Amino acid sequence: MKTDVVVIGGGVTGTAIARELARYHLNIILLEKEDDVAMGASKANSGIIHAGYNADQTTLKGQLNIEANPMFDQLCRKLNVPFQRIGSLVVGFDQADLKVLIQEEIKGQQAGIKNLKILAREQLRAMEPNLNQQARFALYAPSAGIISSYEFTISLANSAVLNGVKVLLETEVNGLMIEAGKIRGVETNRGKIAATIVINAAGLYSDKIAQQAGDQIKITPRKGEYHLLDKNWGDLVNHVIFPIPTKHSKGILVTPTVHGNLLIGPNSSLSTARENLAVSSTGLKEVYDGAKKLLPGLSRKDVIASFSGLRATAEGDDFIIGPSANCVGLINVAGIQSPGLTSAPAIAKSVTDLVKDTLSRINPGLTLTYRDDFIEELPKKLIFTEYLAQNDLEKWQEIIDDHPEYGEIICRCEKISKGEIISAINDPVPAQSIDAVKRRTRTGAGRCQGGFCEPRLLAIMSEELGLSPLAITKKGAGSAILKARTKDWLREQKNYTGGGEQQ
Amino acid sequence: MSRNIINKANIICIGCPKGCRIVVESENGTISQLSNYSCPRGKEYAREEFINPTRILPTTVRVSNGELPVVSVKTAAPIPKGLLLSSMNEIARIEVKAPVSIGQIIRKDLMGTGVDLIATTTVARK
Amino acid sequence: MINHDLVIIGAGPAGLAAALAAEKNGVKRILLLERDKYLGGILQQCIHNGFGLEYFREELTGPEYAHRFIEKIKKSQVKIKSETMVVNISQDKLVTAMNRSDGILQIQAKAIVLAMGCRERTREAILIPGTRPAGIFTAGSAQRYVNLEGFLPGKKVIILGSGDIGLIMARRMMLEGAEVKAVLEIMPYSSGLLRNQVQCLDDFGIPLRLQHTITRINGLKRVDSVVISRVDQSLQPIPGTEELIDCDTILFSVGLIPENELSTGMGIELDRITGGPIVNELRETVLKGVFACGNVLQVHDLVDYVTEEAEIAGKAVADYLKGMRVKREQVLNLLPGTNVAYIVPQQIAYEQVDRKRVKLFLRVRRPAEDVRIDLIAEGEKTILSYRRSIVTPGEMVTFFLPEAIIGEKTAYIKVSVEKNSREKEG
Repeated sequence: MKTDVVVIGGGVTGTAIARELARYHLNIILLEKEDDVAMGASKANSGIIHAGYNADQTTLKGQLNIEANPMFDQLCRKLNVPFQRIGSLVVGFDQADLKVLIQEEIKGQQAGIKNLKILAREQLRAMEPNLNQQARFALYAPSAGIISSYEFTISLANSAVLNGVKVLLETEVNGLMIEAGKIRGVETNRGKIAATIVINAAGLYSDKIAQQAGDQIKITPRKGEYHLLDKNWGDLVNHVIFPIPTKHSKGILVTPTVHGNLLIGPNSSLSTARENLAVSSTGLKEVYDGAKKLLPGLSRKDVIASFSGLRATAEGDDFIIGPSANCVGLINVAGIQSPGLTSAPAIAKSVTDLVKDTLSRINPGLTLTYRDDFIEELPKKLIFTEYLAQNDLEKWQEIIDDHPEYGEIICRCEKISKGEIISAINDPVPAQSIDAVKRRTRTGAGRCQGGFCEPRLLAIMSEELGLSPLAITKKGAGSAILKARTKDWLREQKNYTGGGEQQ
Repeated sequence: MSRNIINKANIICIGCPKGCRIVVESENGTISQLSNYSCPRGKEYAREEFINPTRILPTTVRVSNGELPVVSVKTAAPIPKGLLLSSMNEIARIEVKAPVSIGQIIRKDLMGTGVDLIATTTVARK
Repeated sequence: MINHDLVIIGAGPAGLAAALAAEKNGVKRILLLERDKYLGGILQQCIHNGFGLEYFREELTGPEYAHRFIEKIKKSQVKIKSETMVVNISQDKLVTAMNRSDGILQIQAKAIVLAMGCRERTREAILIPGTRPAGIFTAGSAQRYVNLEGFLPGKKVIILGSGDIGLIMARRMMLEGAEVKAVLEIMPYSSGLLRNQVQCLDDFGIPLRLQHTITRINGLKRVDSVVISRVDQSLQPIPGTEELIDCDTILFSVGLIPENELSTGMGIELDRITGGPIVNELRETVLKGVFACGNVLQVHDLVDYVTEEAEIAGKAVADYLKGMRVKREQVLNLLPGTNVAYIVPQQIAYEQVDRKRVKLFLRVRRPAEDVRIDLIAEGEKTILSYRRSIVTPGEMVTFFLPEAIIGEKTAYIKVSVEKNSREKEG
């Protein structure tokens, strides 16, 4: 296989880059080692589009955050991604906190963020009646927003594919092909791919990739754990609520999600393993206790999911975006921790500039030209709950008339129809596993966590993909849901000896 | 040389939530003493459970060409407890053609017990 | 829009019995809505025996129990729409539902019976730490896979929760050739029926580990082991008691939650303990003409009681539609006292001429032997006592409230379960 550009990593960074590069006459292949995009930090984070006041403007992440924040309204409209600019509040309890808030406000104003405001107790209470009554001040940043980070990533990838990018799932890079200081391509578990440019957006593994070219990057996984609460808690707060930040972290926040749940977290702990996404009771208690300081009325009774994400933090704590020091044609995009989600669209633009530079260096006569057929917008999906919320049931009736599968609800908690599921299975980046359908449609994301709909979803996937039910996985190879047909094990046994039964 | 085999068994009575641990003493397989029961029903249960414990076996049987791939079945009467697992092995090899109707005999005289295996639900043809 | 006198949500045992009882008492134009393809609800996957001993005086399997009602429904005038999901009910009883063939259905009902049943509590809800791989199931979804779909979810199984579904699934997996490593129970006693403990675990030598829970799930793609720990009196894991158990599957049987999203959407108030609507003796919720029965009202351990409860609701619909009800001057509240978790119904709200007594259901908080069920009126006056040799949280307790007591002018009756030997404290 041969291409112009290989992007390693299907996180928000890699997919945003791939989509941005798809505007040009380039052949692009995006490689993802998991069975879907958005499988790393892009699926497990706070889902906040930060205003950017607290990031140092001398750092890349500070600059890119400020640059990217205003892009989200238009981008999300084009990609049909739920995004709400609900604003954020950093909450202070005493005079020392107030001092911090004022410093942040000044920093933010210097960075050009408008409408930052310090609120006094009464205003704060009016905006957030359930907040700890001891809270006295808050820094209000109206430009902060909330988004579903994995839906954003998936939509970026879908849009990239619609514009000609090839996304290869379950394709893991084993090595870089380098000749005479120049990149020649990548070696994967599915064979070699020759490429002129390789973009290393491999998240937690970006250091491993970079090291193959001799670039000294060190990534340390930093775990953040979260609780997601039932929708009946979604209106407990109206904004993203932060505590006073510490030097290394924005702290344990409380926020409604775009789907109406309540999210609390993250804590922050160093992790030794890059695949270790286990949650711990001590970690989750830290999250709960932290959130309870902001919202004393919180309860763990309605937790519907607990999860963790691993942030890829680089030494020096800033993003590392730039050409390899040792290998022409390799561009490293590493250490993309918070505010990486917010910064992604700006990262994509600056990486595009790097690609242009690199190509002209390799071949001085070459200039990248725009494609005139780039499709900005993703086709609108049919989502029952949107029609229900707007009481537009007559329209939905017309949809069912044409496609009866949209009349069949599969996920009871989230009211997802079979039509929506089939559409997700046939996405440009297809949903091939139970979790992939869940991320695209919310099937199984509700309070029963798939207890009711999983067997039904599995049957639909089996039918739609033409696979045996035994081949349907939760999250790619090695994660099949079912083990065997009943009776198979018994038929295999000649003399039944199982169990401790006495004859 | 013959020796008497004296045995003591505990049987938990399932007649009520109290769950009496009834002690059954036996000599050469014959009950010699029953103790620690609180009602006559319990005493009778322990005697039965000691001499010949039996159970109804509910399971499924494969169906070909049915709306569902399996049909639920049960033994029409309790069978000896000791035959449960070997019966499962036997039942695993049965395959019936849809339609199957409730009460239909799936296997006559299962494992020589004299008890039939019957369908407990209806499965229509695909 | 379609009009019906009675719309019943859910065609499980509760919905079926409510429909039949309503029709028998003269209700016409009944519509039964069911989200699944088949009638009978969860009974269809409960292929084990043990149903019907109270109601039919014979032992049936779940599908057989359901079949008896389904046959009658088919012969009745009750209209059925299966594979139909109700998405909303308004306070004025406009039901919005949807299916493939009709599309959106708007049904105006005069009366509604809520019979949606319950859902299973998940691993997530009980905050079990660890990874989130494949191989984690609620016992009920595993049961559906095995008994209806013909698939086995795992070979080496550990089960958390010794309620009846957990016990039944232990035997079921064992019989199908899986290895069941243990059933864990966080409490010092099993909440399942004793008969299931004996016939599902003891018969097969499956260990029941009381006062144990899972403290960590391991495995990236598929479960590969769990860490279990002993818990102390406050149910907290005791450090140092950890054991690693190799398994590929975990079944969670950790409680059932009445499925009341439609009810709360209508503004119906729920009982904090049962998780079901607060109802009066007619199983009528705080909304007039809206009734609830079965597991949506309270989680039952015997389907026979579900049927009984649904028949009360079905008959009450008939009386409601005929306008034949006389409200009491003052509602009589039934309050849980010592060692009583809840009582259903929570209120007596109507006068009834021919009524002799009202049957009450309660669950105790803790097991106890040789107890009295005391009915205590205002002024801490015990007006009636029943004796029971044993009560456990796993088995619902039933008793009667005589009409003579209902007739007395008391605003409440408190029900306490007290040790019989002990003198009652003032």
